[in-house]
Amino acid sequence: MKKTSFRERFRAWDEDRFDLTERTTGDLNRPMRPAPTDRTVSDEPVQRLAVGEMRAFSRIYPILAAILGVVLIAFLLMTVYDLPPFGAANVPADNEVPARYVRDGMAETGAVNVVAGVILDYRAFDTLGESHVLYTALTAVLILLLSLRDAEPEPDPEDVLMRRDGILTTTAALLVPIIVLFGIYVLLNGHLGPGGGFSGGAIIGAGLILYAIAFGFTRLERMLNLKSFRIICLVALCFYSASKCYSFFCGANGLHTIFSPGTPGRILSAGLILPLNIAVGVVVACTMYGLYSIFQRGRI
Amino acid sequence: MRELLLRLWDSRIAVAAVILFAVGFVTLLLHRNLLKKIIGLNIMDTAAYLLLTSLGYIENRLSPIIQNGDTDPTRYVNPLPAGLVLTGIVVSVSVTAVMLALTVRLYQRYHSLNLDEIYASAQKEHGV
Amino acid sequence: MAFSVNVPLFAIVLCLVCSVVSSVLSGRAARRLSLALCAVVAVGMGMLLAYGMRTGVGTTYLMGHYPHPWGNELYFGVLEPLLLCAFSVVMGLCLLGGRKHLIEDLEDGKHRMYYVMSDLVLSALIALATTNDIFTGYVFIEICTISSCGLLMIRQIGRTTLASIRYMIFSLIGSGLFLLGVILLYAITGHLLMPNLKEAIGKLYASGQYRIVLLSAISLITVGLAIKSGLFPFHFWMPDTYGYATPASGGILSGLVSKGYIFFLLRVIFRVFGTDVFYRSGVSNILYVFGAIGIVVGSISALREKDVFRMIAYSSAAQIGYVYMGIGISPRLGVLAALFHILTHAITKPPLFLSAAQLSDTANGRLRANWRGAGHRNRIAALTFSICAFSMIGIPLTMGFVSKYRFAAAAFERTALIVPTLIVLALSTILNGWYFMRVIIALYLPVNRDDGAQRSALRKQGVYAISAIVFVLMNIVCGVAAEPLVLLLERGLGLL
Repeated sequence: MKKTSFRERFRAWDEDRFDLTERTTGDLNRPMRPAPTDRTVSDEPVQRLAVGEMRAFSRIYPILAAILGVVLIAFLLMTVYDLPPFGAANVPADNEVPARYVRDGMAETGAVNVVAGVILDYRAFDTLGESHVLYTALTAVLILLLSLRDAEPEPDPEDVLMRRDGILTTTAALLVPIIVLFGIYVLLNGHLGPGGGFSGGAIIGAGLILYAIAFGFTRLERMLNLKSFRIICLVALCFYSASKCYSFFCGANGLHTIFSPGTPGRILSAGLILPLNIAVGVVVACTMYGLYSIFQRGRI
Repeated sequence: MRELLLRLWDSRIAVAAVILFAVGFVTLLLHRNLLKKIIGLNIMDTAAYLLLTSLGYIENRLSPIIQNGDTDPTRYVNPLPAGLVLTGIVVSVSVTAVMLALTVRLYQRYHSLNLDEIYASAQKEHGV
Repeated sequence: MAFSVNVPLFAIVLCLVCSVVSSVLSGRAARRLSLALCAVVAVGMGMLLAYGMRTGVGTTYLMGHYPHPWGNELYFGVLEPLLLCAFSVVMGLCLLGGRKHLIEDLEDGKHRMYYVMSDLVLSALIALATTNDIFTGYVFIEICTISSCGLLMIRQIGRTTLASIRYMIFSLIGSGLFLLGVILLYAITGHLLMPNLKEAIGKLYASGQYRIVLLSAISLITVGLAIKSGLFPFHFWMPDTYGYATPASGGILSGLVSKGYIFFLLRVIFRVFGTDVFYRSGVSNILYVFGAIGIVVGSISALREKDVFRMIAYSSAAQIGYVYMGIGISPRLGVLAALFHILTHAITKPPLFLSAAQLSDTANGRLRANWRGAGHRNRIAALTFSICAFSMIGIPLTMGFVSKYRFAAAAFERTALIVPTLIVLALSTILNGWYFMRVIIALYLPVNRDDGAQRSALRKQGVYAISAIVFVLMNIVCGVAAEPLVLLLERGLGLL
């Protein structure tokens, strides 16, 4: 990387001479291994083309965008004009559905937090799909960015640079335990108050990312590598699917489940909601950290 | 005119949401820069969630966490939109990640973020 | 209650579990698991179909302990298991027939991820076809989008990545519009479960309340799903997407995924809007017009294309046009024809992609000009290609003929549409014949025996030959004995 002062770079950026490729020069020296299928095409950098047609198009786009935007806004405003007013009681959405969720939710699901009861019990099929969306996205990103070369333990230059930063490491050392602990609290408290698997998992994931930024990936790698990742996701998602399958099966066939709501307000209550929150939280935390790691260095 | 504005003011959140939706939609569809397309996608999704959240809100009611065992439905706001938005946010995060990964891949391959330039390069390379 | 009614639940969960398990297996084991999964789902759906025929009523299946309007539900009659059975068979055959190219096109360590994605596509298709809840539909639409994009982009050449981002952008625009439509429906009805939505919409339509919101919700949902399945003005992503994907993915994406969205739209029309409201709102006429234009434009674009894969992809755009034209004609015969065409296309298009890939290997290129005499070097692929092309043209004894006949018959239900429909059908048949016959003639042009090229014999091709033969047999059997199938579809339509 070229050494340039911040001021020079700022001026370059300001005057629009900032070269986007500069930051990736490190990458250009060790280009991605071309896929074995990339036979028909060369992998050399392509020259920029200045095609006249493209210029003409780029003039049309803003006009087209403005027209389409105005038409769409007018159409949607007309729709909104007809909508029930904001914040009023007795709107169509305020019908028997939320009434039962609030009135009987605590008795039926055992969750004090009605939203947790709705997403993990009444409408659990949605949430089952939702946690697999994350898994799908993680796999898709792995397909695109996972580099299959043997992971040589070269120290990432940026890693070394970051680790020298005293402010970052000190703050991270102080904050990471608190963040992760808070995440666990939010995760476990999902059926009792605001929180749940998704929010708690996101907080834990953020804590892990902060740790990785401050101290590098090497230490985390001992615990969280691609193999352990796959196993964690496998266990959490299979547990999720299996337990929900059991509960759906019982519900549809009118059988009694072994999970009972328990005493609302206790930490060990609300039947499946707590274990499901934990499973979801683990998946979300892994996905967040995993995405960061893949984007940062092409592997987990 | 006055009545129209008043009525739009009554559903002001929805008005803001649909304007944002249109802005995001147009950016996603027509902007040539891939990163801005992704930003547009996020604006569009977020606007939809804003509209959905606003549907659940009812003035002078509490958030749907049962307090002191009081389960009177008229005391709490509608919990359903909150749950739906939670689902939606996760979906939106996922598609954003996939789009960003595709963008990284295209940048590594064609060294540009402008979709037109990428097309031009691809066409020149393959002659199609 | 018979055990068969649990099949959709088990099928969805099994697909999800298999996809997660595949991520820790080797590529070969994941492939076997995927094929076994397709077989199991097909058998299960067959059982469910038999159950549906025996009882003759639709089943509402609770996903949990709470009925609508509170909890998630599934709903299925005869149509859903029939289509899903066909879909899973087609998917298994695609994975079988495309194996050679899958091995060539995929990076070594990433084979298992392909099967992760294909299992997820199957689960999303099952969920889309059976769900009774419109928001669950949204979630599984997104799973379907991401995983089908995964099937596409796993072949990492520049053009495929470019095609993927285009596909993704259009898909996301479509799902954004769909989501907004769902939110508007929720705002005016307060429900998400299909039976309650239908009841509430019927009442609102009768009272005239919220008329504008209702109309925009209907159009947003319809347009969103139409964009995702590639209706005419939004078909630009198709040639790149289907043309540059690995052939198995091309088959799955064109034959199954886009049909999954269309079938979900049909369910929404019948089970949410109600045919009365939908066909009186005028949106159906717009679908008819764009469908008809799409047929002509798609066929003309296919005619101008020199690359055979892209030609087949453009032909897909035309076939999507047929389906929407059928939906636009009428809720009974028109939709029946559309449903039959969904099956036709699902059974015809994947073998076209698979055999085109085999032929282009022997012909040294994807362009039609290079295909001279390729049919002599790979007979089985050339024969499959020809029969499927005949089916696309609509030559008797194939499924394509039956579906064209059905479209023509449907047009007579609405006097105003008879002439335009027949003109479009005739024009499209001529164009189809023109561009497909050109390729077939090129395939069978005489060549020198001693030009050094090797013939690939039947037994060398292994699994491809099996899948090609099964596809062709299915096509001809359903084409000759179409009447029972049509009766089955008609019965299913009554239960939708």
